[in-house]
Amino acid sequence: MSISGGKTISGAVQALTFSRRATVVGGLQIGIGVLLAGRMAYISVAENERYQLLSESNRVNLTLVPPRRGWLIDRNGKPIANNKTDFRVDLIPDRMRDKDKTVATLAELLSLNQEEIDRIDKELKQASSFQPVQVATGLDWEKFAAVSVRLPDLPGVSPRQGFSRFYPTGAAVGHLVGYVGIASAEEYKENPDPILVTPGYKIGKDGLEKTFEDSLQGKPGAKRVEVTARGKIVRELDTRPDIPGKPLQLALDADLQEYAARRLGPESGSVVVMDCQNGDILTMTSMPSFDPNSFSDGIGQTEYGMLRDDDHVPLRDKSLKGLFPPGSTIKPMVSLALLRGGIDPEETVSCPGGLRVGNRFFNCHSTHGSVNMKKANAQSCDTYFYKMALRVGYDSIALMARELGLGAKYDLPVASQSYGTVPDTQWIKKRHEREWAAFDTVNSSIGQGYFLSNPLQLCVMTARMASGRKLEPKLLFEQDRPAATPLDISPEHLSYVRDAMSEVVNGVGTARRARLPLENIQLGGKTGTAQVVSLKYGRGGRDVPWKFRDHGLFVCFAPVDNPRYAAAVVIQHGGGSSSAYPVARDVMTFIYDREKAMEKLAVLEESWGGTISERMDGQLAAYRAQKELEKAIAEGRVPPAQTEATGESSAAEVGQ
Amino acid sequence: MASFGFVVLYSAAGGSLTPWAGLHMVRFLVFLGMAIIFSRLKENFWKTIAFPVYIVVVIMLLGVELLGAVRGGSQRWLSLGFIRIQPSELMKPAIILAVARFYDLLPAGQIRTWGAIWPLLLLLSFPCALILMQPDLGTTITVVAGAMTVAFLAGLPMRLFIGGAAAIAVIAPLAYFFALEDYQQRRVTTFLNPENDPLGAGYHISQSKIAIGSGGIFGKGFLNGTQSHLDYLPEGHTDFVFATMAEEWGLMGGIAVLFGFFLLFRWGLGVAMKAKTRFSQLLAAGLSTTIFFYVAINLMMVMGLAPVVGIPLPFLSHGGSSMMTIMICIGILMAIDRHPGRRSGTFG
Repeated sequence: MSISGGKTISGAVQALTFSRRATVVGGLQIGIGVLLAGRMAYISVAENERYQLLSESNRVNLTLVPPRRGWLIDRNGKPIANNKTDFRVDLIPDRMRDKDKTVATLAELLSLNQEEIDRIDKELKQASSFQPVQVATGLDWEKFAAVSVRLPDLPGVSPRQGFSRFYPTGAAVGHLVGYVGIASAEEYKENPDPILVTPGYKIGKDGLEKTFEDSLQGKPGAKRVEVTARGKIVRELDTRPDIPGKPLQLALDADLQEYAARRLGPESGSVVVMDCQNGDILTMTSMPSFDPNSFSDGIGQTEYGMLRDDDHVPLRDKSLKGLFPPGSTIKPMVSLALLRGGIDPEETVSCPGGLRVGNRFFNCHSTHGSVNMKKANAQSCDTYFYKMALRVGYDSIALMARELGLGAKYDLPVASQSYGTVPDTQWIKKRHEREWAAFDTVNSSIGQGYFLSNPLQLCVMTARMASGRKLEPKLLFEQDRPAATPLDISPEHLSYVRDAMSEVVNGVGTARRARLPLENIQLGGKTGTAQVVSLKYGRGGRDVPWKFRDHGLFVCFAPVDNPRYAAAVVIQHGGGSSSAYPVARDVMTFIYDREKAMEKLAVLEESWGGTISERMDGQLAAYRAQKELEKAIAEGRVPPAQTEATGESSAAEVGQ
Repeated sequence: MASFGFVVLYSAAGGSLTPWAGLHMVRFLVFLGMAIIFSRLKENFWKTIAFPVYIVVVIMLLGVELLGAVRGGSQRWLSLGFIRIQPSELMKPAIILAVARFYDLLPAGQIRTWGAIWPLLLLLSFPCALILMQPDLGTTITVVAGAMTVAFLAGLPMRLFIGGAAAIAVIAPLAYFFALEDYQQRRVTTFLNPENDPLGAGYHISQSKIAIGSGGIFGKGFLNGTQSHLDYLPEGHTDFVFATMAEEWGLMGGIAVLFGFFLLFRWGLGVAMKAKTRFSQLLAAGLSTTIFFYVAINLMMVMGLAPVVGIPLPFLSHGGSSMMTIMICIGILMAIDRHPGRRSGTFG
């Protein structure tokens, strides 16, 4: 059967066919050879650059070394925020294979609790590939080593030795310095710098840490290492050391700050102390606070929940953002306005226990009889100020208030500050669309009504009266600050008012127990009680629930004869000024005699249940237990009747 | 050529004789000895053993398949106690021998009849089926291509080949969906678009191209290849040995290797042209083309012109069986070169 038309093919033809076809084969071979040579030339010459880059990026792994953050130090060089060596473990979500197993292994090796594991799982789910997930920080060497040796079985786990932010005084500086934390996804989008996603790198999230981020952060170091395809490091190519951030020296006195924070004890309040020579803020504490160390390490759900739910608002900086009616603490300031308004300080007013203005009767807290300016300050007679303020008019008092720094926004490197209200005729028109009335003058003259200020403002007011200079509060330490300009207030008036304030403490005043336990140093001050609810519920003393109690205030300066320090203390719902001046007294004592002040604190802390961190730990444990209980009830494991009782008793405890 | 392979393997092992370079050289010398022995054998010997060898190798393949079935997986190796060989490799010269012998036996007048075709298909069907079952697509292709070349040279009508090519164009997509294993399918798709899957199946091609491309004209220098030394290039000592070489020796090294192969094939085809008998002609051409397929497919593969199929590069790749195959081919070629035969012999 022929398939080619029966053409006969001889051996010779076949041989010819062979050589012809062999030539074809050879030609094809050469063709393919040329194609290959061309292809190779194309890859290795034309695309050489591209492939060289790829090969380099294959080979070299650039690791950024987070820079050490600049320290925050106090006026004496004592660290407020420093860096401690830290063993930490992170997860790189990209490189992980079996997530659940890896996390379980780590949980066992590092003995993580369930809450931690939940957090890690949650973050792993949310994490974009670029974001490392922190497993644990502050590990001891044994645990760190336990993880390190098991690395080959744990892809995606990255143990590192680095530095973490440490705040030696913890909660005492929480509001002031803020805290650091891992950059958020938004922050990375805004500034896609790879250092932001390097494990262990933190940026300032609040307070001074945030404000001075640029100078504190420093420059990251870099380590170029040659790695194999499996990520094994072959050798280090070169290393560029990190440049640590610049230290920041604050005007603060760290010891005083810590003392003030501790002295506030279980109260919710603020202490501000200023240097009357240059406006340096020596203390600006607000308690309760959060421990910035917890935030920097990545705060747990429960701990954050506790801070959020606490009615003492530990998350708000009361020194700057807490607004209170200043109450009687502004009476010395009002006195200055009266003096400037031509009131003779010796002129007396009769106090029958209040004053009728129009159809309303304004109470004074006592019946003072015949009162002159000094007595009105010393015994805090409201009637005197009602009457005199009506005489000089309220706008001149508001003017004086502003001259002394009330209602002002200071030039401070802080994230935010509330500057409150100094009401006057203009303000009331704008804000409430009505005319200023006599009862407004009466209310405002004793720091009630619309009058609101923060504790720092009260301290500035006191410092300006004490020094006679237009001091500006300063947070940063600065050598040789030029002296502040004198106030446009007669020195005689100032001196009269300082005497009156001395009378409050050292004479027949309302705060005689505020005398310093020191010889030859006298304190001048002024008490204040800010009403929280209307008087018809009775004066907000100690026998009402915590949140209805009056705020206790006290402003002071020392020494009386040559003022050097000014302070303001505000105790939220303290039940009156008597909650505030003992704190001011002890803080002032600390400046002059640390030992004496510490002795006092030791006794107090014992009755409060320990130092700040001890109490916070206890609070956290109680909160956690309560949450557990609530959860148990929600799941029907415990009958709810029991819990209501528990809830009430714990609320009552908070109120104590 | 083999010495150069030795040098490259020396570098691939990070400047060490072990585990590849030393063994490579020893093997080469052993097989070179074998090739020299082969070269002493006369044409008639090869004629005589052509079909028996084919049958033996088919049986070996069958044996592999049975053992593989027992072990429940793909199985390419047959252990002969002292040496482990890959029968599918041996099939490459064996099929050439058998096909060349067949067309040698076929009277010239029948070359354009069905009688010239069905025995070829029969000869091919056993080994192809067995090797495909291993599964080893690359080797199957080489075996078929070798046999087809011999058939082509034997003078089968041209339209059969054109038709065959057309048929392959039709069958290839079908084969892709029905005959190929999953991983082989993936290799083909990623070949078409390797950047799609840089960490998966496209990794080989990408890394190989990076190795070749980053070498540039003169290469990174001996022992300085990072791709291969740091394990980015997989199989840097076997299938992708050319990339290892090109990274360190650059375009110059690559061209030198190509030129070396060019000389080899020119010699191979020259031997075929000079050969006096039909059997030795077909045999020589078939064998040298088989070596050519090794080289062409391997190089196309490492340069990203062909899908990744497991085909080593002659002389350079580390691997015993393939080197044995190559050296058998060379040995037979040398034998034909020595004894071109007498033209009158067959056609008397």
